Amino acid sequence: MPAAAATLERPRVTPPSDDKRWRIVEATMRRHGYQPHALIETLHTVQETFGYIDEDAMRFVAQALRVPLSQVYGVVTFYHFFTLKPQGEHICVVCLGTACYIKGAPQILEAIERTYGIKPGETTKDGKLSLLAARCLGACGLAPVAVFDGQVVGKLTPEDALKQIRRWEEDDGR
Amino acid sequence: MTVDELQQLALKEQEAKQRYRCRINVCVATGCIMCGSERVKEAIEEAVKARGLEKEVLVQGVGCLGLCSAGPMIYVEPDGIIYHKVTPEDAPAIVQGLVSTPVERLICPPDLPFFKRQMKIVMENSGTIDPERIEDYIAVGGYQALIKALTEMSPSEVIEEVTKSGLRGRGGAGYPTGLKWSTVAKANGARKFVICNADEGDPGAYMDRTILESDPHRVLEGMAIAAYAVGAQQGFIYVRAEYPLAIKRLRTAIRQAERLNLLGNNILGTTFSFSVELRIGAGAFVCGEETALMASIEGKRGTPRPRPPYPAEYGLWGYPTLINNVETFANIPPIIRNGGEWFAKIGTERSKGTKVFALAGRVVNTGLIEVPMGITLREIVFDIGGGIPEGKRFKAVQTGGPSGGCIPEQFLDLPVDYESLTKVGSIMGSGGMIVMDETSCMVDVAKFFVEFCMSESCGKCVPCRVGTAHLYELLRRITAGEGTMRDLELLEELCDLVKSASLCGLGQTAPNPVLSTLRYFRHEYEAHILDKTCPAGVCAIRRAEEVPA
Amino acid sequence: MRAPVKIKTLTIDGKEVSAREGETILQVARENGIDIPTLCYLEGLEPIGACRLCLVEVKGINRLVPACVTQVEEGMEVVTNSERLIKYRQMILELLFSERNHTCSVCVVNGHCELQRLAQRLGVTHIRFPYRYPNLPIDASHERFVIDHNRCVLCTRCVRVCDEIEGAHVWDVMGRGINSRIIADLNQPWGTSEVCTSCGKCVHVCPTGALSEKGKAVAEMEKRRQFLPYLTVMRGGRQ
Ligand SMILES: Cc1cc2nc3c(=O)[nH]c(=O)nc-3n(C[C@H](O)[C@H](O)[C@H](O)COP(=O)(O)O)c2cc1C
Ligand code: SF4
Ligand code: SF4
Ligand code: SF4
Ligand code: FES
Ligand code: FES
Ligand code: FES
Repeated sequence: MPAAAATLERPRVTPPSDDKRWRIVEATMRRHGYQPHALIETLHTVQETFGYIDEDAMRFVAQALRVPLSQVYGVVTFYHFFTLKPQGEHICVVCLGTACYIKGAPQILEAIERTYGIKPGETTKDGKLSLLAARCLGACGLAPVAVFDGQVVGKLTPEDALKQIRRWEEDDGR
Repeated sequence: MTVDELQQLALKEQEAKQRYRCRINVCVATGCIMCGSERVKEAIEEAVKARGLEKEVLVQGVGCLGLCSAGPMIYVEPDGIIYHKVTPEDAPAIVQGLVSTPVERLICPPDLPFFKRQMKIVMENSGTIDPERIEDYIAVGGYQALIKALTEMSPSEVIEEVTKSGLRGRGGAGYPTGLKWSTVAKANGARKFVICNADEGDPGAYMDRTILESDPHRVLEGMAIAAYAVGAQQGFIYVRAEYPLAIKRLRTAIRQAERLNLLGNNILGTTFSFSVELRIGAGAFVCGEETALMASIEGKRGTPRPRPPYPAEYGLWGYPTLINNVETFANIPPIIRNGGEWFAKIGTERSKGTKVFALAGRVVNTGLIEVPMGITLREIVFDIGGGIPEGKRFKAVQTGGPSGGCIPEQFLDLPVDYESLTKVGSIMGSGGMIVMDETSCMVDVAKFFVEFCMSESCGKCVPCRVGTAHLYELLRRITAGEGTMRDLELLEELCDLVKSASLCGLGQTAPNPVLSTLRYFRHEYEAHILDKTCPAGVCAIRRAEEVPA
Repeated sequence: MRAPVKIKTLTIDGKEVSAREGETILQVARENGIDIPTLCYLEGLEPIGACRLCLVEVKGINRLVPACVTQVEEGMEVVTNSERLIKYRQMILELLFSERNHTCSVCVVNGHCELQRLAQRLGVTHIRFPYRYPNLPIDASHERFVIDHNRCVLCTRCVRVCDEIEGAHVWDVMGRGINSRIIADLNQPWGTSEVCTSCGKCVHVCPTGALSEKGKAVAEMEKRRQFLPYLTVMRGGRQ
């Protein structure tokens, strides 16, 4: 790390709300001594704890780490992992890495796109389902692969994928 | 901890292990976990307990056994039996098999060429030690290389040994590792850094992930030796966020190494201090490029910058920085332990040692393999990989991911080394190896990679930002049956520009998949343009069936 | 005491020239009346080597190097105007014209635009690549200035001048690849920026009509950059 930019006295930047989760975000920044280079680490914490990074969060992090606003926005939109809007209740990530592509991932994606009318990166209007595309989940031996709410499933067919999503709908319907 | 205490710990662990009559090693790397290996492990533990064999039989989670497509995989020691596709219900039978005969229907024949043709250096502990216990690693000789370096060798002797080994970077470009180390060692800087590149962006490759999940300590040991050699005090491992298990195991490993004073201040009572921090990527392929990676560690947009200056002179925060790939570091401990000459005996004239590949696509055995350099592609695809399933015909093997190319059948007897692969228009790359058969359309494959590069381009330089977008559009037109021979000319001209004029490796290699398919499968392009047909039947060209034969 | 300046000799397009150590190929070429086209480079700002128009050939190096960031070395043999280089430069300009919507005839900088001038100089008369026609906004929320993304070539001169010279860092780049775009603050209307001092520096370094003063008619906007060398000297140093 660069020689700590002399710890200037600085006014404490207050979080956007009294939501307790901001403490987790502050802890990350404190651990890194509020250095500007902690930006990505901090954004990871925001994304993890809140599920997305909104304007208030960006403003807060920018001020606390003394990073220009436009730079924060530039970083958030550069990296695919960060999202500006909340994700749907359920998330389906289809791997579009080479091995999965060769073994039929495009057909899986197409089946979901057709059935639910969303493209990768989009969420259904009712906020129930988000569809994401990934670049290799590192399980190419089991291609094609998709992740349903954190659960990785290999050797998938389009029918299996639709069935899995329908199961969510049924479970939630009850 | 002192060197003596560490040696005693190793002995104690070895004895503890020997007290068991046998060990059941259940693969708990990502592939097998996806197939339910954690439940299998629990079931086996229960079955062992049910029979009161806890004192005799050790059940442990281990790293990848290689045949990831047939998981969950189990390896029984000392019998050397490998089971595949095990379910929790099989647990009692497997435990019974320890005293009577093994479970025939689950056995993977051990003389399968898949296992026999491999050669394990980097993966030597994968499948036999518990990656979450530092004691396991120490028991099999772990950290001995670090001790040797710190107590018996000067930094320049370490570099000398690495140079002698002929090791070349496994991140793709194959730059001689010893040379890189000596440049960083010579550079002046108030501080220096060592970075491990674990961004593994090739979309079809998972070697680095598996090494980190299966044997994380060997990477830490390699980094510490490197830091000693070049004079660095701090290290970073940049891992992609898509690899949660690797991140978790690395975190555990770093904590354990710190506890035993194998990382931290005055390591093993010497004057050498070195600490390691993790940085998690956030989903950008270009961050695998070294200058972009450093920008990302600095908290910025991951855009590359022109080199020179190279990281060895002007790296992280402007200080001299050594950056190597995961597999490169993983090769270091055995090189220091056994000597550079030992390593240099393996492989070919200019490519030494082994290479780990992620074999995937249209082959019978998909999984992770480690082979000596110089093995032929045919041996990999047809012996180790078991050939093409469903009696289909081999068409090409893709190496090097989006920076590489497709190698056709006539080169199957090519030895796998840096120079040969480059000569036929592909590259060694980081180790992705995707087999394609007659059901793959090569124009579509080229389009797939160009689409990847287009969406991963950082956008900084014009040839890559706009060039890849036009390459994609041209390929889209061709695969949709709207292309003309004029488009093909433009495509080739544009490939030349993007390759020659782009700022970083992403743009400079983005045309490779197009150029290599144009070179060997030009007839497929022409079929799309002139006959409006897709020979493999992949591309949706509307009038395909109406075309007279 | 200052260390004596080391002198390097090299050839550019066959002409023998001498240079101070640390100078770039571009600087030396210009001092010697050899013009290498540039776009992202602007004297006074940190060079980034991004547009790739200034690529030159150096004997013994098998790739092309950007003249704006490459330092001279003893004995270098530089070629700035080979057929290949000229072809690449023309294609890069074609790419830039096709990327966004550059309708010169109705542009405030028509006749004073660097992109236009480069095209004229390099003889680019038609664009072989399909125009992408992206749908991009014009932001006229600032009381004195306008940003028209249709005419932006993403050279980031505005970003650098506002950060390095004005110290405000209003601008940055969002997104990546072909979807990159210049943004103010949190991607908000420029007029609502909390940090813009309305100094106008970004407007005057912009090579195209992307940034302009309000109230200018077609072809009326001329850019004034006299402030740059002066300010950088005052700030102690970047050449
Ligand atoms: C676009 C791009 C992506 C890269 N991705 C990786 C990667 O994921 N892992 C890696 O080790 N090297 C990657 N590299 C290569 C690195 O820049 C660098 O050369 C490498 O980490 C050096 O390590 P080595 O000498 O041990 O191979 C990439 C290069 C480029 C241009
Ligand atoms: S080649 Fe592509 S990824 Fe590399 S700097 Fe240029 S735009 Fe960015
Ligand atoms: S007017 Fe000045 S402060 Fe405002 S954006 Fe432009 S350069 Fe920055
Ligand atoms: S607005 Fe002007 S100065 Fe800024 S990036 Fe675009 S073209 Fe360059
Ligand atoms: S390509 Fe899908 S998991 Fe690797
Ligand atoms: S993940 Fe278990 S064998 Fe590879
Ligand atoms: S002027 Fe040198 S790259 Fe733009």
